[in-house]
Amino acid sequence: MLFLSALLTPDLGLIFWTTLIFLVLWFFLGKFAWNPIVNALRDREDKIENSLRQADIARTEMANLKADHERLLNEAKEERAKIIKEAKEIGDSLVNDAREKAKTEAAKIVADAKNEIHNQKMAAIIDVKNLIGSTAIDLAKQVIKRELNDTAAHQRYIAAEIDKIKLN
Amino acid sequence: MKNILSIGILLGLLGCFAVQAQHNTEQHSAPATTPAQAQPAATTTHDAHDTAAQHGTAAHDEKAKGPDLAKMIMNHITDGHEFHLFHDVSIPLPCMPYHKERGFDFFLSNKFHHGHSAYNGYVSKHGVLNAVDDPTFPTGEVAGVHVHEDPKTKQLTVEHQGKQYPASRASFFDFSITRVVFTMLLAALIMILVFTSVASAYGKRSVPRGLQSFFEPIILFVREDIAKPNLGNKYTRFMPYLLTIFFFIWISNILGLIPIFPGSGNVMGNIAVTATLAVFTFVLININGTKSYWGHIFNPPGIPLGVKFLMVPIEILSIFIKPFALMIRLFANIMAGHIIILSLVGIIFIAAHVGGSAVGFGASIISALFMLFMNVLELFVAALQAYVFTTLSAVFIGQALEDHSHDHHKNEAHH
Repeated sequence: MLFLSALLTPDLGLIFWTTLIFLVLWFFLGKFAWNPIVNALRDREDKIENSLRQADIARTEMANLKADHERLLNEAKEERAKIIKEAKEIGDSLVNDAREKAKTEAAKIVADAKNEIHNQKMAAIIDVKNLIGSTAIDLAKQVIKRELNDTAAHQRYIAAEIDKIKLN
Repeated sequence: MKNILSIGILLGLLGCFAVQAQHNTEQHSAPATTPAQAQPAATTTHDAHDTAAQHGTAAHDEKAKGPDLAKMIMNHITDGHEFHLFHDVSIPLPCMPYHKERGFDFFLSNKFHHGHSAYNGYVSKHGVLNAVDDPTFPTGEVAGVHVHEDPKTKQLTVEHQGKQYPASRASFFDFSITRVVFTMLLAALIMILVFTSVASAYGKRSVPRGLQSFFEPIILFVREDIAKPNLGNKYTRFMPYLLTIFFFIWISNILGLIPIFPGSGNVMGNIAVTATLAVFTFVLININGTKSYWGHIFNPPGIPLGVKFLMVPIEILSIFIKPFALMIRLFANIMAGHIIILSLVGIIFIAAHVGGSAVGFGASIISALFMLFMNVLELFVAALQAYVFTTLSAVFIGQALEDHSHDHHKNEAHH
C-alpha cells in the first residue's frame, strides 16, 4: 500500500508532456510519414492491380492476335493450295486441249492425206485404166487390125473385159 | 532468410542485455564479501544512502533486515529526474518547475547532489522534485539539506541548519524532463527519424528496401488486421492515429526494456502516460459517435422501459470504462514486467545477504537466465500490448462509427 499511491497518482507534468509529445507526433508523422506511406502503399497496390489487369488484357490480345495470325496463315495456305491446284488444272486442261487439238489436227491431216491419196490414186487408177484401155486398144488394134475390122464390137468387148480387171 | 537474420540480431541484443544485467549484478555482488558490506554496495538508491547517512546506526538495522528491495524497485519503476548509472554517478535531467508564486525555474537535477542539496527552494526526494513551502527558506544552492518522509502521512520535512521546513508538490507544476519524458522524447525522435526516412524512401522507390522493408509489413499489419476489420471503409482517417499510438507504445516499451541510459525509462508503466493515451482514444470514440451510438447509450432499442432505467447508467458508465480498461491494462502489464525483472535482480542481493557472496554469485547466474527469459517475454509483451491498445482503440472507435439502425429493423422483423 505504501507505494501504490505513488504508482497510481498521475503526475500533471507527465500528462502535459505526454499530450504535447503525442499530439506533435500524431500530426507531424501523420503529415510527413503516415499519409505519404499509406498513400504510397495504396498507389503501389493499385499499380500492381492495374499492371496485372493490363497484363491479362495484353495476354488475351496476344492470344487473339496469334489466333488471327494463324487463321491468316491457314487461309493463305489454303489459298496457295487452291491456286496451285487451279494452276495445275489449267495446265492440265491446256495440255489436254493441245493434245486433243493436235490429235484432231493430226487426224484431219491424216484424213486429208488419205483423201488426197485416194483422190490421187483414183486419178492415177483412172489414168492407168485409161492408159491400159488405150494401150490395150492400141495393142488390140495392132493385133486385131489384121483380124478384126468390126472395131465397135471389139471395143465393147474390150471395155467389158477391162472393167473386169479390178486394179486395186 | 532475412527474417531469421533479424530474429538472430534481436536475440543477440537480448543476450547482450542479459550479459549487461549479469555484469551489473556481479559488480554489485562482487564487493559484497560480507553481509555487512553487501548492503551499501547493493542498494542502488540514494535514499538508502540518505537514511544510512542520516541514522548512523541504521546500517546495522538494515544488515539484519536485508536490502530494501521494495524501495529499489519503486525507484526504478516510478519517474525521476535523473538516470542512475552506477553507485554515485547519474545523468542529470533538466528540471522545469513552474511555481505559482516564484514563477519558472530551469536547472539540472545534479544541483541537488543526490538529494543532499536544495536549489531555489526545491528539494529532491525519491528522485522527484518537491518545493519547500516556506518563503523563509534560502534560495540558490543550499547544501546540507536532509529531506525526511513521514512514513504514515507521506508529509515531507526539509531539515536545514536545525530548522524544519514543510515541502510538497502542491504549490508548483512540474514540467521537468524526467526519465519518462526523456524516454518519450527519445521515442518520438526515433519515430520521426525512422518514419520520415521510410516515407521518403517511398518517394524514391516502390520496391521496399532496408528500413522500409522492415516497417512495411508492420504498417500493413496495422492497416489490414487492426484498421480495416474494425473501422471498415472509413479506416484511412484513423490510420495516422493508430500507427502513431502503435509505434509510440511499442518503441517506448522497447526503450524501457534497455537496462541502461538512454533506455530504462518506464514510460507505459506510468499511469499518467497511459491515462493520457486512453483519453485520446476516449475523445476519438466520442467525437466520432454516430446517432445510433448515442441512441444505444441513452435509449437502448428493443429493451423494456423498466430495464432501460438499469441499462442507461450502465451504458453511460461503459463510455468511461472502455478507456479506463485501456489505461489500466497497458499500465499494469508493463509495470508488472519491470517489477518482475527488478525482482529477479533483487533475488541476487537477497541470496548474497543470506548466504554470502558465493551464493550471491550462483544466484546471479540463475537470475540472469531468468532475466533473459523475462526480457524475451517482455519484448513480446511490448509488441503485444501495443497491438492490444491499438486494436481495442480501433474496435471502440469502430463501434462508435457503426450504424446499427439496419440491424434493428431486421431483428424487429424476426420477433
